[in-house]
Amino acid sequence: MSFEETRREAVSQWQALQNHSKPRILIGMGTCGIAAGAEDILETLNQELDKHGVQGDIIPVGCIGLCYAEPLIEVIKPGMPSVFYRNLTSNLVPEIVRDYLIADNPRPDLALATRGKSDLQGIPRLVDLPVFKPQVRIALRNCGNIDPSNIYHYIANGGYEGLNNALKMEPQEVIDEVKKSGLRGRGGAGFPTGVKWQFCHDAPGKTKYIVCNADEGDPGAFMDRALLEGDPYAVLEGILIGGYAIGASEGYIYIRAEYPLAIQRLRIALKQMEECGLLGKNIMGSGFNFHIKIKEGAGAFVCGEETALIASIEGNRGMPRSRPPFPAEAGLWEKPTNINNVETWANVSAILRKGADWYSSYGTEKSKGTKTFSLVGQVMRTGLIEVPMGITLREIIYGIGGGIPEGKDLKAVQTGGPSGGCLPASFLDAPVDYESLAAAGAIMGSGGMVVMDESTCMVDIAKYFLTFTQAESCGKCIMCRFGTKQMLDILEDIVHGNGRDGDIELLLEIGEAVKNSSLCALGGTAPNPVLTTIRYFRDEYEAHISEKRCPALSCKALISYYIDPEKCEGCGICARACPAEAIRGGKRMVHVIDQSKCTRCSTCLDVCPPKFNAVVVISGEPVVAMTEPVPVGSRV
Amino acid sequence: MAVVPATAREVVVIEKRCEMGVSQTLQYADKAAQEAKESLISQINEILGSYEGEKASLIPILQEVQQKVGYLPEEGLKQIAKFVDIPESTVFGIATFYAQFKLVPMGRNIIKVCRGTGCYVRGAQRILEALESELGIKAGETTPDLEYTLETVACFGSCALAPVVVLNDKVYGRMTAKKVKKILNKKN
Repeated sequence: MSFEETRREAVSQWQALQNHSKPRILIGMGTCGIAAGAEDILETLNQELDKHGVQGDIIPVGCIGLCYAEPLIEVIKPGMPSVFYRNLTSNLVPEIVRDYLIADNPRPDLALATRGKSDLQGIPRLVDLPVFKPQVRIALRNCGNIDPSNIYHYIANGGYEGLNNALKMEPQEVIDEVKKSGLRGRGGAGFPTGVKWQFCHDAPGKTKYIVCNADEGDPGAFMDRALLEGDPYAVLEGILIGGYAIGASEGYIYIRAEYPLAIQRLRIALKQMEECGLLGKNIMGSGFNFHIKIKEGAGAFVCGEETALIASIEGNRGMPRSRPPFPAEAGLWEKPTNINNVETWANVSAILRKGADWYSSYGTEKSKGTKTFSLVGQVMRTGLIEVPMGITLREIIYGIGGGIPEGKDLKAVQTGGPSGGCLPASFLDAPVDYESLAAAGAIMGSGGMVVMDESTCMVDIAKYFLTFTQAESCGKCIMCRFGTKQMLDILEDIVHGNGRDGDIELLLEIGEAVKNSSLCALGGTAPNPVLTTIRYFRDEYEAHISEKRCPALSCKALISYYIDPEKCEGCGICARACPAEAIRGGKRMVHVIDQSKCTRCSTCLDVCPPKFNAVVVISGEPVVAMTEPVPVGSRV
Repeated sequence: MAVVPATAREVVVIEKRCEMGVSQTLQYADKAAQEAKESLISQINEILGSYEGEKASLIPILQEVQQKVGYLPEEGLKQIAKFVDIPESTVFGIATFYAQFKLVPMGRNIIKVCRGTGCYVRGAQRILEALESELGIKAGETTPDLEYTLETVACFGSCALAPVVVLNDKVYGRMTAKKVKKILNKKN
């Protein structure tokens, strides 16, 4: 079957699905949807449809990015705009089947939004929601819309048109198009993709390789996972285009073993591509041959670095080596190799389909197009988003994200994972692009964006990131191996109340040394979280060191819990819940915490009924509460 | 989930008994341990049968053995080293470099607490402490009855549902110290 025929078949199947007389229910079955309980919802849905004899199709789809609303389903009833229902529970499913599928009440109280041109009985359109309106979806264009295990869905939505266009061009023309688009590497460093391709294209040698870096290791980032789970085809199409442009006939996808669903979807997609003549020999009848293999990572953060990744594919320890030679000259098995990240590849397929001018119409002068972010932490609407470059942090956190829960204040936003930095609220109006974030001391990174409120201790967060990089350092460079350890020891001392004068200066000095004397980006960026928190939150370090006080009331060694005798009503809930048996009291007695037994686990604070709100946390001052329980009436 | 076959696990239990010098069972244990070892060797040989022995297949082989046997036994590593023609010391170096590989048997149930940033700022540390006190082991350890192994991982990429705990590859989102204990009970 030629591609044209395949496309006609795909379009007719897709249209038949759209104009189906039966209702359809799309259910978000990405890892996050499943974690939120989508499997139970799926089971209940099946039961309910059977019970009422409703004919309908249930289609599992990838993540649409509204993770805060999971489990999420989209109900498409013929003749009606489709309706999203949010935060579903098994109890609500029968109501939706009964009221909307059987009767005509769309239940606006349970609905999130409609998809399509119109709203419905006060249910807003998805594209009008504050969480969606500022977004431009290029890499994520199909996530949540298509069945990620059905290649026809992808083809019917413009899939492989980019490849089709590319194969009709000369390889150099493809590279020029990518250069013109202004696309920069989405793995974090932001190197211009077209220029990288040119190096590899120009490198002498017949055998060349393409590698897709799906070793998404930054804690707090899941863009690549969601993309591979929701639309593996967009990434694979990009890899093929890259292969054609640089003259490679073999590609590798290096993916974390921690992403089993993404691996499974990739395997299905590869098989279907072969069946459709889109992989293997003589692709689309053009004479272009290409094969793709999947390599599962074995759990080493440093393998996200390209020379370490290559070593790992070759079967060695994933340790970086010095560059040059760059992988474009001598990469996998010493052959010219081009490595790009998952999101970059998904952008490539869109660029070749719609053109460089279209792509570069989004973004800023030096940062073109869009960027996906995983918006997580203390923010109302967590999820996966894709925004045009140049959008401000404020628009992301307060517009899309809906601000900070419980009316708390934003303290910092962390971008770039353990390589990035923590920016204070004063940067809220800074544009999000490679240059602005780098100037502020953070980096764009692969797209993790963690929002932190006033309850997050900045020293503790710096320690957290350094614990990670220190453990993940491969040990090759001395400063990375020992410098991070020294810095971590100092930070441990500080959060335990053993900080000394001069510690901050020492951290800065070692941090600079680690940055300057490490081969790869792991060591080169590991001190960033420490350096930026010192730069913007130095007062917190000083409070820990000189006042032995944690302003965020977070560092266990520096805080104390006590029960306010004015507020305690003697209900006894805290005493029963305390795992350390540190609370004494009795019926209608004002309870007291034995400070010597308290492990500061915060259980009492959590369980104390909000109407009493009697548990108090303090730092840097002595507890002045009673030591013995007294009857509630007799308080002082 | 990686299920440790009874034979492989017995090797260790029995070897432990031998070390303790339980004389009554010694003779029996010797024989059983020998049989278990032989079955282990043939199990690994079977896995190796589908590979050609090129160097790049080392990590996939280790992954398959880890998955099917549940850990990388010393005998097995020697066998694999011979097969791919790489010094045992290098194979050992690679096996200890990657976090996925374990050189000791794991519990039947593996609980992983995510320590990703999203989870960390939403209280993953307290979830971990609750599990540690409930199971009586620290992160990275296995209960003496080989029922549970408690691990931490850098990030599962389910940050939007933080904090997250994974029990035998099933992801549980929006955890609390209380809910996490319930998951354990469900398993039992």
